[in-house]
Amino acid sequence: MKRQQIDKGVQSGFLLVALFSITALSLIIIFLFMEGLPILEHISIKEFILGKYWYPTDDPADFGILALIAGSVCVTLLSGLMSIPLGVMTAVYLAEIASPRVAEIVKPIVELMASMPSVVIGFFGMVVVAPFIQKLFDIPVGLNMFNASLMLAFMSIPTICSLSEDAIFSVPRALKEASFALGATHFETILKVIIPASLSGICTAVILGLSRALGETMVVLMAAGGAAMIPTSIFDPVRPLPASIAAEMGEAPFRSEHYHALFAIGIVLFVFTFIFNLIADYISYKFRQAGEASL
Amino acid sequence: MNKYTTIFISIIFLLTASSTVFAGELVIKGSTTVLPIAQKAAEAYMAEHPDVKISLSGGGSGNGIKAIIDGTASIGNASRFIKQKEVNLANTKGVYPVPFRVALDAIVPVVNKGNAVTDLTLMQLKDIYLGKIKDWKDVGGTPGKIVVISRDSSSGTFGVWKDLVMKKERVIPGALTVPSNGGIVQAVANTPGAIGYVGLGYLSDGIKAVKVGGIAGSEENTLNGSFPIARGLFMFTKGWPKGDTMGFLSFILSKKGQNLVKKAGSIPLF
Amino acid sequence: MIKQRLLAQKIFFLSFKTAACLNGAALLLIIYFMVSRGWRAISWEFLTQAPKDSMTAGGILPCIVGTTFLCLMTIMVALPIGVSSAIYLNEYARQGTLVRIIRLGINNLAGVPSIVFGLFGLAFFCIVLKMGVSIAAGGLTLGIMTLPVIIGSSEEALKAVPNTYREASLAMGATKWQTIRRVVLPAAFPGIITGSILGLSRAAGETAPIMYTGAVFFTPDLPGSILDEVMALPYHIYVLATAGTNIEATRHLQYGTALVLILLVFGMNLAAIVLRSKMRKKLRI
Repeated sequence: MKRQQIDKGVQSGFLLVALFSITALSLIIIFLFMEGLPILEHISIKEFILGKYWYPTDDPADFGILALIAGSVCVTLLSGLMSIPLGVMTAVYLAEIASPRVAEIVKPIVELMASMPSVVIGFFGMVVVAPFIQKLFDIPVGLNMFNASLMLAFMSIPTICSLSEDAIFSVPRALKEASFALGATHFETILKVIIPASLSGICTAVILGLSRALGETMVVLMAAGGAAMIPTSIFDPVRPLPASIAAEMGEAPFRSEHYHALFAIGIVLFVFTFIFNLIADYISYKFRQAGEASL
Repeated sequence: MNKYTTIFISIIFLLTASSTVFAGELVIKGSTTVLPIAQKAAEAYMAEHPDVKISLSGGGSGNGIKAIIDGTASIGNASRFIKQKEVNLANTKGVYPVPFRVALDAIVPVVNKGNAVTDLTLMQLKDIYLGKIKDWKDVGGTPGKIVVISRDSSSGTFGVWKDLVMKKERVIPGALTVPSNGGIVQAVANTPGAIGYVGLGYLSDGIKAVKVGGIAGSEENTLNGSFPIARGLFMFTKGWPKGDTMGFLSFILSKKGQNLVKKAGSIPLF
Repeated sequence: MIKQRLLAQKIFFLSFKTAACLNGAALLLIIYFMVSRGWRAISWEFLTQAPKDSMTAGGILPCIVGTTFLCLMTIMVALPIGVSSAIYLNEYARQGTLVRIIRLGINNLAGVPSIVFGLFGLAFFCIVLKMGVSIAAGGLTLGIMTLPVIIGSSEEALKAVPNTYREASLAMGATKWQTIRRVVLPAAFPGIITGSILGLSRAAGETAPIMYTGAVFFTPDLPGSILDEVMALPYHIYVLATAGTNIEATRHLQYGTALVLILLVFGMNLAAIVLRSKMRKKLRI
């Protein structure tokens, strides 16, 4: 009887600990909103999100984050343009085309890419890539959206690749074999059968990869240029949301206007990535390829 | 399980039970302009007083003053005077910031070494930073886009530039921002069309100083008042400093300390 | 007709292969630059001394120590909580709303941007819990950030333990907890350790969460307690490269520090992989 009680106790104990993640997430949300919402005492939501000027230390201050949002969105989309094709193609290569020996070399390389610290990537972008593209494209300065997107693509590719690879790998063999039986080449099978079958997984991978690019701080802090303007060319410097927070958090006195504004940016960032995650969850659930009969 | 638990607990014990240092610890944060001075002074002071531990951070004058207000630093370095807004905030928190001027400084506009321009008026500087003048040919240089480089909002150097050069008007949003004087040096040295501004202590071979209205930024011109962009460098404390904080500040304000100020590149008070 | 299709296949497969190789090329490029420009800075003094002369000379010992302490703190927080959560999810939980909510929490925690963790750590640990800028605050922040990784890999490790183990143990009369403690956990141990090391290697390289919660520009002594602030490798690279007093003069130190960080992180990854294969062989029954 005592053993049963211990067992029950242990189970409850584990449950309590497992709830910790939810607790942590809730705490984060609570604190973000607690410290960020007070900015609405000074400025309306519309002015905050759609305001074009970010001058938080001026007298009177301007807290419009439209330029920051534009910077984040542009840098993420541009990095997606590079990371999605590369990531998915690499995934297809690993899952379908490469021989097992080659895959054994390429896969660890992708994993190593994932473990490269973001500050090193940002540093690389700042000291190696910036002068290089400055000369190559004959542009005034190499710290800009393009630079940051390149580095962000490097960071997102492992995420997109490994998740897509999982999805492609789990396509039922029967579908592949049926396609071959009908006379399709390997490539045609990939294009017309395997990718559509794993599309939900690939979409999830892409969305999570983009979400990672959106939230990445060090790379954009060091390589994007820090100009709080709405970009008009890919060689314009930008100031994405995370970079603004990181750059200015040190100087905002506790619970000052600026402090609340930075937390409010944190809320915006969190909401973006939260929505991305929800969409990814939804897609992977709703459109998953169950079985072989439906394609 | 028992062996690991003991190791685990002993590690925690070791980590927490060590010297909880309260006496003899100085936390200094703030301006990157004052940082070289603070660093040299800290090294010298710690050599003379081995029981004192000084930790330094940069981040900008805004960081320094905020740290004083929030009580997270003993000394806040600032390359500008405290703003009224900050004083009000401090008062609401019951903090009385005490200023100590530790050095003089000038903010010198700098351009890339390959730039032909050697002299700009205050008006031209302002218009460049407003975005009204966009090309170097308009100020006598070889044609090329002017890459405006400025500092983050936390910078005291930026604060003074805004007051004395921009006359409180806003720098164009498209200006690149870097978080420190060192960052400006790096950016200007690597970008042919760039213009930036740094404190005297950061002038180096990689960049070219520009005269303002024909007057060069130098110790002499600052002291005789002819250079228009001059300022004091401050260290702020929370309330009247005591103990090691007072000791350190007295050290900086002594002849030895002022010699270090000169070594760091800024202008000593005497 | 078939010839054209096969040709198309050849071309596309080549492009896929190129894409995959581009990744390797990019990685090698970064490593090449860090190594070629940084190896000169590395010496015994570099690794065992503190910075001198306004950071233009000396070494990075405080950073290495600081990063080590932060990692220790991270693992102390994330491992117990992570493994326990994984145990609950895999061994005890029944499909239901509670489990869905927990999983939702974990997945979303994994997606939170690192700077938001930093904000949270600052507001909660540093200010509300009054830890100030310290190893404790930084480690706790990093710990929460690493939690999803550890939960994920621990769950995988637990899932990989064959059910026959559990059934055999229960058949011999053990309670569920005894089964977990004496059969399942030891069998899952390699996977859990591997996952932890991988998660830790990510935590070691993170800058944003510790920027305002644990790391500082310069502190002369090694940390004496968990309430002390520290220097850290990733933060050191960042400050030297953007906020230092003489950025060009310390450039070789920046590369050197970056190289040390890369070696640390890659080393941990390698150790995890090697450990995994060794332990797997040992525990093969």
